[in-house]
Formats: sequence, structure tokens, C-alpha cells
Amino acid sequence: MTQSVVVQVGQCGNQIGCCFWDLALREHAAVNQKGIYDEAISSFFRNVDTRVAGDGGSISRGKICSLKARAVLIDMEEGVVNEILQGPLRDVFDSKQLITDISGSGNNWAVGHKVFGRLYQEQILEKLRKSAEHCDCLQCFFVIHSMGGGTGSGLGTFLLKVLEDEFPEVYRFVTSVYPSSEDDVITSPYNSILAMKELNEHADCVLPIDNQSLFDIISKIDLVVNSRKLDTTVKPKSLVTSSVGALKKQHKKPFDAMNNIVANLLLNLTSSARFEGSLNMDLNEISMNLVPFPQLHYLVSSLTPLYTLADVNIPPRRLDQMFSDAFSKDYQLIRADPKHNLYLACALMVRGNVQISDLRRNIERLKPSLKFVSWNQEGWKTSLCSVPPVGHSHSLLALANNTCVKPTFMELKGRFMRLYKKKAHLHHYLQVEGMEESCFTEAVSSLSALIQEYNQLEATESVPVPDLPRLSVA
Amino acid sequence: MSIVTVQLGQCGNQIGFEVFDTLFSDSHSSQGLCSKRENEAYRASCKERFFSEEENGVPIARAVLVDMEPKVINQTLSKAARSGRWKYGQHAYFCQKQGSGNNWAYGYSVHGPKHKESILDLIQKEVEKCDSLSGFFIIMSMAGGTGSGIGAFVTQNLQDQYSNSLKMNQIIWPYRTGEVIVQNYNSILTLSHLYRSSDALLVHENDAVHKICAKLMKIRQISFSDMNQVLAHQLGSVFQPTYSAEGSPHYRRNPLDGFKDPALYTSWLKPVDAFNVWKTQRAFSKYEKSATLVSNSQFLVKPLDMIVGKAWNMFASKAYIHQYTKFGIEEEDFLDSFTLLEQVVASYCNL
Repeated sequence: MTQSVVVQVGQCGNQIGCCFWDLALREHAAVNQKGIYDEAISSFFRNVDTRVAGDGGSISRGKICSLKARAVLIDMEEGVVNEILQGPLRDVFDSKQLITDISGSGNNWAVGHKVFGRLYQEQILEKLRKSAEHCDCLQCFFVIHSMGGGTGSGLGTFLLKVLEDEFPEVYRFVTSVYPSSEDDVITSPYNSILAMKELNEHADCVLPIDNQSLFDIISKIDLVVNSRKLDTTVKPKSLVTSSVGALKKQHKKPFDAMNNIVANLLLNLTSSARFEGSLNMDLNEISMNLVPFPQLHYLVSSLTPLYTLADVNIPPRRLDQMFSDAFSKDYQLIRADPKHNLYLACALMVRGNVQISDLRRNIERLKPSLKFVSWNQEGWKTSLCSVPPVGHSHSLLALANNTCVKPTFMELKGRFMRLYKKKAHLHHYLQVEGMEESCFTEAVSSLSALIQEYNQLEATESVPVPDLPRLSVA
Repeated sequence: MSIVTVQLGQCGNQIGFEVFDTLFSDSHSSQGLCSKRENEAYRASCKERFFSEEENGVPIARAVLVDMEPKVINQTLSKAARSGRWKYGQHAYFCQKQGSGNNWAYGYSVHGPKHKESILDLIQKEVEKCDSLSGFFIIMSMAGGTGSGIGAFVTQNLQDQYSNSLKMNQIIWPYRTGEVIVQNYNSILTLSHLYRSSDALLVHENDAVHKICAKLMKIRQISFSDMNQVLAHQLGSVFQPTYSAEGSPHYRRNPLDGFKDPALYTSWLKPVDAFNVWKTQRAFSKYEKSATLVSNSQFLVKPLDMIVGKAWNMFASKAYIHQYTKFGIEEEDFLDSFTLLEQVVASYCNL
């Protein structure tokens, strides 16, 4: 089995990362009753004998001694990381795997990317190499960051290039939180577009998320939880937003509920690689199946169910409802409507007590209402993992490579252009060494080219092109 | 006459387990509807073919398990050992950590050559345990990366190393509406390579087995385990030791005459040569009577044609090709495969 390393960058990245580790521990504790350090746990955690000084303490099998997250925490301000290190999760992190500064990046991509990138390049490399050395077989780096600020956006994308150069064989999966249109950081469009160029060029796979969608999902859940229906009660642990059973007892921060959704996304994404099932799906299969052309690697995700009701017997209709919901625009983690746009590829990752016939039945049922590109009419990738998430009997993660991301990107480009035309706030960026106007124009071109690719796909679909004639043999 | 089985990838290993389990249960089933002596002979013959004996009496399957990631092999080995009735050889498996990523090129061009010696060594050890080897039975799927890519690679090498032994590949045809998005690419690459090195390809389509479970067996929530058991059942009866005999009193009324209709066969084959009947007195498993039909017919033209068509469409748009060229499978390799398979389709159509 392989290992993955999480690199959490900036305030957003670290807060989400913290929720992720909390829920990961909860999940493994639920599955691994005997406290034996097994391969599933080793995918994200090291087992360390804390009595041994230095690096010699790694234990590869046997009872769990002390679990350390395979993580590198980076922030150019100390506040968030310090809070993590003083909180209930402090023992989960290796103090040597942190990089912090005090001044912050001032919501400026250029400061994060050029200034701090240069300053901390050696340290970053060193921490990454260390974490790689602790792995038997490192398969994937998960980078978590936001696009709208300075550190996550700038330094987070700087290290993508470092990862690509230093570990070319290891996958780079990036979870990026995009700024909503009501974002309070004025320069977030600049930061996002500059970061997107890096994502286009150096990420294997990007899972875009936006805060507004997460917020809407929470509102939906609150409606159900607070409604006074006497015959239906929600199982607290099952809420996709909950921390019940985890180390952090309550939602201390307003974003905790939203961050838990993203944490659950990452857990479900890796579940079939960590746990057994009748149809396994490893991380390298994600990009193999969902990325038909290298540049088109943005995957829209949706998680269902958002909660489980307390009734024990789930009739098959509920199971089918789970599949239907996954394609509804209300369940996507980014503002997008895949159902009414063009699919290039789709993956359904199912956990729990679901069998192949349930999967097939639902694919047959939903297929007619979905538009797939002509050369991938039956482009479904499926996986069945036997272990359900905590609090659920089954769950579904749908990943779509779909042209529905285009409107999001176009809107972002629009916001960028409105600022750029007036040269608003540009001087903050240009005064950073290494930054020129060409950085901006190149970044916009990169995004425009990407949008154009999606346009082309949609264009070819609206005008049916005759199939290339088959080879004829004598 | 022994058969050495090679189980490849998740599918191959999951099915392989069910096959050995079925074979074992059948040979030990108390039914028989035949004389005690015949039953003993049957049992001995089955055992000899698929199992070797160990000191404490627990038979060991003549099998080599191969997978590029550990979860499935671990499960398979422990399931067999837990049954207490038979097991796999303690060291008869080869495993890696990373998997093949559903990538035929990665299985065939990277894993294959890298682990060729280790895998062939394990097979050699099994062969040496046999008094006389009749051939190899290779279980693999076409849709993924390990079964398909390494399966093709291993079969090719077995052809080189054991050219006098038969190689039969059990291939699993994937569901039409996807399990793996690049399954059509993986399938055509597998088939074109196997065509050159395998002696027989025994095909099971997931869609067909699924229908059997749904319509004939009326299983409500069908799992892969259910499907694999149906498959193992079919394979078990194909592998029954038999006697080629005429004039057995049970078949006097001869419903088999229908099979002798010349319209079923090509013009260059006489029905008497094309149709062979093997009978065995000893009943299979729990059944009083059973019949198994294995045919080489035009049945497969339609599914084959469909897979080639879809793969061709995808190839025309160049989708996913970068994932294959990354590991050394170029566009010419694809074109070669397409050419070979179009020829196969044409040959079957021209019968």
C-alpha cells in the first residue's frame, strides 16, 4: 500500500487540514478496534515511539504507540499554526514539520510566491524530503490551500513547482478554495488568476471548492436538523459537517463545519485506496480515468448523503436518492451544474453496504439525463469500498470532469478584468521583485486558453461530427 | 495431468479463489450418483489437476497470485486459509505496493519487465511440483491495468518459455457502461496481444453473468461475490474430468442430435468433427444432471465489434493517449492492435 503526504498552506489550508486530521483519526479509530498499526493507517500516519529522541522512533508494525500525521504545515503568520499546536491535536503533528513566519503575505500572491518562495525554498525542500523519506512508497501529495489570499495562493502554488521538480513521479492533488463573488479580499481575483496559471501547469488534478457552496450545504442541513419532525432524527455523527467523536469537541470556529465537509471529501477520495472493497480504486486511477487531456484536470465533486436519519432500515429508494442527489447542483462543492453541461468523464466512489447491482441500476437510470462527450459516451469509473464513513451505512462521492467549471472561471476572469483595466492595487504587486505586468497578462492568457478548450469541446458536441471510418482490412 | 493457474489483479484473484473453492467442494461432495470407485477416481483426478498435497493433508492450490497492490491478495490468502479445507501456497504470490492505475501500458511496459523474473520463477516452482503439466490457466480482466497489462505480458513469456504447454486465458469482458473509463483501450491492447500468444480465450461478460444472477437466480442485490460464484460454477463444470464415451444408457434419447445440425457450423467443418461430447457419470456439485456448452462461435463478434468501435472513437479524439505514451505505448501500438482485431472481426464475419 502507498502513503500520501498532506501539505497545508496558509490560514485556510491549515484550518481545513486540521479538520482533516481530526476526522481521519476518528475514522481509523472506528475501523481499527484493536489498536494495531496497519497499512491503512500508515497511508496517512506514522507510528512513532516518542521516547526515542530524534528520528529513530518510527515503528513499522505492531501496536500503535503514537501516531504522527504525514503532514507539512506552512504559514507565513503564526496564529493558526500556533493554535493547532496548542489544541487537542498538538501531539499528532511533528514539530519539525512546520514552516512559519510572522509577517504574513498581506493577501498578496506576489509576496507569497516570490518573496517567501525564495526565502523558504530550501526549508520547504528539506521538510518535504524528510516526509518522503518516512514513506515506504509515496504516491501522492495533497496540497490544501485557498486561492484568494497571499500565502495559500502564492506560496501554495510555488511549492507545486518544487514538488514537480523534486518528486516528478508523485501525484499532486490540489484542493483549492476559490473566492466567492462576495469575497471580502479585494485583490482575490488577482491572487486567484495568478495562482490558476500555476495550477494549470503544475497540478495533476485540482478539486475546486467555494465557500458559498459549502455555506449553502450547511444551511440545508441546519434546516433539517432544526425542523421539528418527530419521527426523523438525524444521527449526530453522520453529519458531513460534524466533529462528534473527534478530538475537537465543538465547532469553535464558524468555518469548522464547512471545513469538515472538505475533510470528508478527502477521506472519501482516499477510502478505496486505504480500505478493502470488491472494486478498489487507487489514487493513480483517478487521474488515469478522469483526465483525458493534461490541461483539463479540474474535477467538480459532490458528497452524499449529507446526514443519515436514525431509521435503521434504509429502503432501496433512499439508496437511489443518494445517487440522484450527487448529480444535483445543490450538492456540488462548487457553484456548478454538471447535469446541464457536458461530461468528459465521471467517477462514482461508493462506500459501505452497496453492491455492484445498485451501482449499475443507478447508472442506467441517470445516464439518459446526462450529456457525455461523443467519444466517451459511457465514461463511468466506479469503485466499491466496503468500509462506510463514520455514522453512515453507505455514502457516495461523485467526481465530474465537466464543462460546468467554465462559468466559474469566466466569472473569475471577469472580476479580474474589472480590477486590471483600472490598474487598481497593481502597484502592491509590481513593487515585489520579480513581478512584472507580463505575469498578469500571461496568467490571463493561460486561463483564456483553458476556457477556450472547454468551449471547443462544447462546440464539437453541438455539431455532430461523423465518426472516423474504421480501418478496413483485406 | 496438472494445470497451473495464474491469478492476476483484483478480478483474477477474486475469481480464482471462487474457482478453487468450487473445484474443491465439487470433488469432495458426497453426492455422486456413481459407484464409490468412480467417485474415488474422480476425486483423485480433480485433486491432481488443481491441488498438490501437503504433509498435514490440507491440499494446496496449484496457483500463483499476482497483484501490484497488496489488499486483494492478502484477503484472498486469508480467506482460503480460514476455510481450513484448502489453501494457497505460503509463498506462491507476488505483490507490489502501487497498483497499475488502470493503465495497460504501466502493467505491460513497466511492471511486466521489472518483475518478470520474480513472477516467472514462482510459476516455474509450481510447474516443478507437477508430475506432468498439461497447461496454464490464466485468470484476468481486460478493463484494468494489472490483469490486462501484466496478463498479456506473462502470457507472452509463458509462450516463449513453455511453448509446448497449452495456455488458456479466462478473460472477463467488462460491463458495457463502464467500470473503468479507459476499459476499451485496455481491452483492445490485451486482446491483440493475447491473440498472438494464447491458445484459447475463454470469455465471460460481466453483463451476461449479471443477467444470470438477476433473471435466472433472482438475486436482489447482486454483489461481485455472487457473480464470481456463478462464474466459478461454470468453470468448475468445464474442468470436470470426463470420459469421451458413446452409448451411455442415460443419453439414449439423445437430445444432443440438435447439435448435429450442419447449419450451425461452417461449411469447411463436418458436424462430427466440430461437435464433441464428453460425458462423465459422476454428477457435478449438488446437481443430479448438468450440461455445459463451450463454443467457438460468432457470438462474440458483436461485443468485440462494439469495443473496437468505441475504442476507435476515443482514439480518434486522442483522449487519454498521453497516459499511455507516458509509459512507452505509442500510437502505432494502438494502430497495430486495431488492425489485428479488425481482421479477427472480419474473419468471424466471413464464416
